[in-house]
Amino acid sequence: MLENLTGRLQQVVKTLRGQARLTEENIQDAMREVRMALLEADVALPVVKDFIAHVKERAQGREVLQSLTPGQAVIQVVHDELAKLMGEHNAALNLASVPPAIILMAGLQGSGKTTTSAKLARLLKEQKKKVLLVSADVYRPAAIEQLRTLAEQLGIDCFDSNAAQKPEDIARNALDYARRHFHDVMIFDTAGRLAIDEAMMAEIKNLHALLNPIETLFVVDAMQGQDAVNTARAFNETLPLTGIVLTKLDGDARGGAALSVRQITGRPIKFVGVSEKVDGLEPFHPERMASRILGMGDVLSLIEQAQKNVDIDEAKKLADKVKSGKSFDLEDFKNQMLQMRKMGGMGALMDKMPAQLANMANNVNPEVGDKALRRIEGIINSMTPQERRKPDLLKASRKRRIAAGAGVQVQDVNRLLNQFEEMQKMMKMFSKGGMTKMMRAMQGRFPGMR
Amino acid sequence: MLNFFKKNKDESPSPEPKASWAERLKQGLTRTRTQLGNQLGGLFGGGKIDEEVYEELESILLTADVGVGATQALLEQVRTTVKRQHLTDTTQLREALQQALIGLLEPLAQPLDTGTHKPYVIMLAGVNGAGKTTTIGKLAWRLQAEGKSVLIAAGDTFRAAAREQLAEWGERNQVQVISQTGGDPAAVIFDAVNAAKARGIDVVLADTAGRLPTQLNLMEEIRKVKRVIDKAYPGAPHEILLVLDANTGQNAIAQVKAFDDALGVTGLALTKLDGTARGGVIAAIAKERPIPIRFIGVGEQLDDLQPFDAKEFVEALFS
Ligand SMILES: Nc1nc2c(ncn2[C@@H]2O[C@H](COP(=O)(O)OP(=O)(O)OP(=O)(O)O)[C@@H](O)[C@H]2O)c(=O)[nH]1
Ligand SMILES: Nc1nc2c(ncn2[C@@H]2O[C@H](COP(=O)(O)OP(=O)(O)OP(=O)(O)O)[C@@H](O)[C@H]2O)c(=O)[nH]1
Ligand SMILES: [Mg+2]
Ligand SMILES: [Mg+2]
Repeated sequence: MLENLTGRLQQVVKTLRGQARLTEENIQDAMREVRMALLEADVALPVVKDFIAHVKERAQGREVLQSLTPGQAVIQVVHDELAKLMGEHNAALNLASVPPAIILMAGLQGSGKTTTSAKLARLLKEQKKKVLLVSADVYRPAAIEQLRTLAEQLGIDCFDSNAAQKPEDIARNALDYARRHFHDVMIFDTAGRLAIDEAMMAEIKNLHALLNPIETLFVVDAMQGQDAVNTARAFNETLPLTGIVLTKLDGDARGGAALSVRQITGRPIKFVGVSEKVDGLEPFHPERMASRILGMGDVLSLIEQAQKNVDIDEAKKLADKVKSGKSFDLEDFKNQMLQMRKMGGMGALMDKMPAQLANMANNVNPEVGDKALRRIEGIINSMTPQERRKPDLLKASRKRRIAAGAGVQVQDVNRLLNQFEEMQKMMKMFSKGGMTKMMRAMQGRFPGMR
Repeated sequence: MLNFFKKNKDESPSPEPKASWAERLKQGLTRTRTQLGNQLGGLFGGGKIDEEVYEELESILLTADVGVGATQALLEQVRTTVKRQHLTDTTQLREALQQALIGLLEPLAQPLDTGTHKPYVIMLAGVNGAGKTTTIGKLAWRLQAEGKSVLIAAGDTFRAAAREQLAEWGERNQVQVISQTGGDPAAVIFDAVNAAKARGIDVVLADTAGRLPTQLNLMEEIRKVKRVIDKAYPGAPHEILLVLDANTGQNAIAQVKAFDDALGVTGLALTKLDGTARGGVIAAIAKERPIPIRFIGVGEQLDDLQPFDAKEFVEALFS
């Protein structure tokens, strides 16, 4: 799906680039692609409609029309607007209240409230806060036990509640306890509930009134689909939400729910969950989320950099060669390394890749990678043009000469040749199975990958 | 004594609950729909078929998570029907779309038959928080109501208090739960299958930890669990039940593919259909990876698991 989308958007850029100017019609085409991309990413339909209307207006604005590259300008607008909608750069927790500062957790069943409570507690403990974890989930079997276990693992205080108590009583008693024991922060975990469950929604409204929390966090599963708007609206109407936590982003869902929930509640996304472990909580990056939803990585800056630094003809020649499955020789290999370096090296490249790809390739160590790139270049430079085209020629004596010329060991030359062979295989795979398959195959085989 | 219990059970409420869940839903759904400004205008009133009506249908499908691809395919199919059968009325149009959906889902409405092996081993799998453990609790209740004896294996040795959670479901069902503290998931389930064989138990329900398909090591781990079960009892597990959360959007398709590629999924359970989410992605799944849909989850109580009924499901999608 990712490949389709990136491809489709690139197609839009291409067609638009060919046009001397933007017309009502080709903007319409572009908007249809964007609409499709957003829906595939699970952005809710009404949100998509609003967004498209807004972007279209801007795309017809003067800055786009006067741009030399209107196609790119349109994509730029889409991306910028998406990032803008995603909100400010990682809005921090607000704990400015008379202690204990209370954080109330709310959300659907299984969205990740309890795990996130523990993750937050860990984060605050690192900031030297005295934290109390409290569970008022008297419904789900062993929910309180779950929070207690996590608290014990982390060495954080956990209020002693049990399933026979009323959530309201737990709230009152825990508040009293936290005051008497001078806790800086109290994180209050609640049971998962459906937005249409009136009794349960009334319960959490009561809990909110009792606790008067400074933060009320709505915990959303990144895999959630269209219903995110309904759920978000209902929770937002019941509770004065102050922030959103988006969980399970370590999966491969595109996470369009983030946009739906943002749009409906207007609240900032404060954190994202990136693992089931207690250290798997990260600040939110609107840019990255926008790219992820569009499934395109930071394609914009990639395009920009590519145009600035890369010999387009050279890149195209290689791409064609790869696509046609023609033999990929050491000269091509070297060229590719060169292009990579021109684009800022491995680290910079990884940063801009579509999130899913980058995730898959997250075993790359950019520094080692860049060093390896330079060494590879050195070795290939020591070869004759003929050797580069026909690596089969490279027998022991030639290898020794090359190693001496590049100031490396013969093993290094051998390793390079092995890598090259792998690369050749990958290129074949690429022409057959696409990028994702290639990335999977790359793990452990590319310089710098562990 | 045993007979006494059995008799009691027969008199307890049947697994088919009180009101249909579709009925229960209607109220809440109508409200959210209205809020959404998404009222179904011409479609329900009857009237002429025009592009606007198709757009309305498209909205219904898209907002139910059917997805762009499957929605377009279904609408194409309906356009053909309209032409071929010379349909003119929007009520007929809606009917045609429902039929197209039912046609897609009906063949997958295959109930689970646990009578083919003894013990019949069911392994549950799915992403984090989908409802695996709860579904085991409900399944145990259903199976016992059918007169089967059940044993549960606590194969989630990772998540905090997963064992305790399952233990409570065991208690509610008065069913034994085999577990180890911090043990290896494969080993726990291996033991349970052997215990079931020794005791002549009818069905083993094996829980596993939630995992995302991107966690390649965990996907490998669950493959190992399956292999080890086969060692305890060649041919087992007999059912690999993938649990999907109806709230999930298009990623559910990727989940089905990944788990199916890793394990060979034999059945699906769609949970949390008692909320406002419609689970329409199951239609896209039916197109791309047709796998029998066994159950739907409609609540958090023992009796909130029902066999999948295509017609009822499609009706709820349009309610
Ligand atoms: N991979 C991954 N798993 C997560 C993340 N956050 C939570 N989980 C897992 O998701 C599942 C549900 O998490 P919980 O914290 O129990 O969710 P909850 O909202 O408290 O659930 P209820 O109390 O039943 O409503 C567990 O298996 C967690 O380990 C995350 O960011 N990434
Ligand atoms: N409303 C509703 N809630 C459900 C349903 N099925 C499960 N749940 C709830 O969803 C949450 C997660 O359920 P679990 O059974 O713990 O999910 P799991 O897949 O075992 O989760 P992990 O083991 O953490 O991966 C719990 O709060 C359940 O009560 C359902 O059909 N309807
Ligand atoms: Mg919880
Ligand atoms: Mg579980």
